[in-house]
Amino acid sequence: MTSTVPVEQNLIDSFLRLDRMPHIWCPGCGIGPSVTCFVKALQRNGLDPDKTAVVSGIGCAGRVAGYVKLDSFHTTHGRALPFATGLKLGNPELNVVVFSGDGDLIAIGGNHLIHAARRNMDITVICVNNFNYGMTGGQVGPTTPVDARCTTSPYGNFEEPFNIPHLVAASGATYVARWTVLHPRQLERSIAEAMSKRGFSLVEIIAPCPALYGRMNRQAQGLDTLHSYQERCVVRNGADTKDLGITFKGPIVVGKFVDIERPTFGDHCKELIERLGNKEGQ
Amino acid sequence: MNGDVACAEGAISAGCRFFAGYPITPATEVAETMAQRQPQVGGVYIQMEDELGSMNAVLGASWAGVKAMTATSGPGFSLMMENIGLGVMLETPCVVVDIQRAAPSTGLPTLPAQGDMMQARWGSHGSYEIIALVPSSPQELFDLTIAAFNLSETYRVPVLVMSDEAVGHMSEKVVIPRLTPEQLSYRRRPNVAPEEYLPYRADGDLVPPMAVAGEGYRFHVTGLTHDEKGYPAMTAEAQDKLVRRLVDKIRLNRKDIIKCEEIAVEDAEVVVCAYGITARIARLAVEQARENGIRAGLLRFITVWPFPEERIAELARQVKAFVVPELNYGQIVLEVERCAAGRARTTLLPHMGGSVHHPETILEAIEEAAQ
Repeated sequence: MTSTVPVEQNLIDSFLRLDRMPHIWCPGCGIGPSVTCFVKALQRNGLDPDKTAVVSGIGCAGRVAGYVKLDSFHTTHGRALPFATGLKLGNPELNVVVFSGDGDLIAIGGNHLIHAARRNMDITVICVNNFNYGMTGGQVGPTTPVDARCTTSPYGNFEEPFNIPHLVAASGATYVARWTVLHPRQLERSIAEAMSKRGFSLVEIIAPCPALYGRMNRQAQGLDTLHSYQERCVVRNGADTKDLGITFKGPIVVGKFVDIERPTFGDHCKELIERLGNKEGQ
Repeated sequence: MNGDVACAEGAISAGCRFFAGYPITPATEVAETMAQRQPQVGGVYIQMEDELGSMNAVLGASWAGVKAMTATSGPGFSLMMENIGLGVMLETPCVVVDIQRAAPSTGLPTLPAQGDMMQARWGSHGSYEIIALVPSSPQELFDLTIAAFNLSETYRVPVLVMSDEAVGHMSEKVVIPRLTPEQLSYRRRPNVAPEEYLPYRADGDLVPPMAVAGEGYRFHVTGLTHDEKGYPAMTAEAQDKLVRRLVDKIRLNRKDIIKCEEIAVEDAEVVVCAYGITARIARLAVEQARENGIRAGLLRFITVWPFPEERIAELARQVKAFVVPELNYGQIVLEVERCAAGRARTTLLPHMGGSVHHPETILEAIEEAAQ
């Protein structure tokens, strides 16, 4: 005789499109845990999921929009931020989250990133950084550390990568943090803080890509990469962002680096409309 | 007021409350007017970092439920192409204005051309149909911008207003009417509960009702080929079903979309087919030809895409010849020729842009065609 034991429903299930499972991510990929932390942060903040929208670009992390049960937009490569800009300005009540990868946000979308930060658009960016282009098979990218091997840097990368927190802090971001997927609690807290921040916030998530970046750089198992995080990560809240560059084997500084206040683009729009007194009504 | 300003005022009258743009000659006055007017009416003007950003911000605003527009010229229009395709794929109502200047590349920024007409039709990758309108005067830039919003809301597609530098910078009297609510269209909204809502299930008219963000529908949309749920569907069958509907929703409704103006066409043996600034010059030539005893007529395209193919095919049985003057090296003439299908001669009168045709040139072509 068998008895069925009711399995407690996973707490995050109601935020996922379970009818789309299994997802496309490889075993050991860091995007899944990033989504878990995002959903838990959403719950922690008590935000209304009906008023929360996720916008993604293209790439592995760009597929997040397709798996979260929120109003979600899978847009074109690099353009999640301007799409999100229109969405937020069109309906300021929305909590708008851009969830995408390093190639999408930092390379092809780099111009939009710095300008969204400069304008202080009230948007939260979650940038999964796995140091390479995963969806297309592991090419070198704007965040690949010097000496790392990728399919298009077969002799080792010689381009200096972007230091993402420094880039967005210099551009005007009001909240900047970086964690790895080995820091789920800190990550969840930072995403929650970023989402409740009025202004442009960015959380960088250092994430394993065992199938591509890891395989080409002697970390073929996700666990190998997590072990390396354990050895290499240094928590330094409030660190000067210029010191946050990531090298191939050196320390990875994690923590919350920027948390400041300044008026958002939307604040200025609202103030202007009020000042002009809505001459013709809607 | 000039055509660019009339265009912006038309958008405001149509209920446009979001404008994203990037400065470019000769469309800058559209942005300048919007920067002044949008905050006055409770809307948003944002100057983006480039036209890629402008186009995407417009799509985002539309998905927040706001009527949204951008305006540009050739170089910016090229940058918008990828995301006009996203607008087509997500079925996003919005308006894109192209005040055409001479090209290729930087070309003649301050001088007119009509060289983006085929780009309007085919510029983004893949098979799709789009709606494009061509105004001939500042008044029509005002009126057709309103029509563009109405069509975009009705058919859930980006609608292009393909003007040119001459009309954009021409100053004429523009009447701004007080519009009644019936004169404005709004996208059809879903009337089912969120659990039952399928973002891409279309009824008979092939246009699905559209939810917007923040209403609890918790929908997903993607530029990937998708099914009725909006979920990625990576099969040839899903591709076939989706692309056919995207094309057919415009193609099968073309009788309701297409507008032309006809002058003295009833008994014409030569019909000049023209649009935009060129149609105004063609009209002078046609009037002169009539005075000279030639049965000439003018077919002015107000809608170029979808192309009025039935009307051309019909006229091809009546007339000896079509004369097609345009400010390019032959674009819309290809459509006229295709639809005439050898039943009437078709003569191209090309002008590379930078100025406009001389009426005499068109008159001579009419006289030659009448022989």
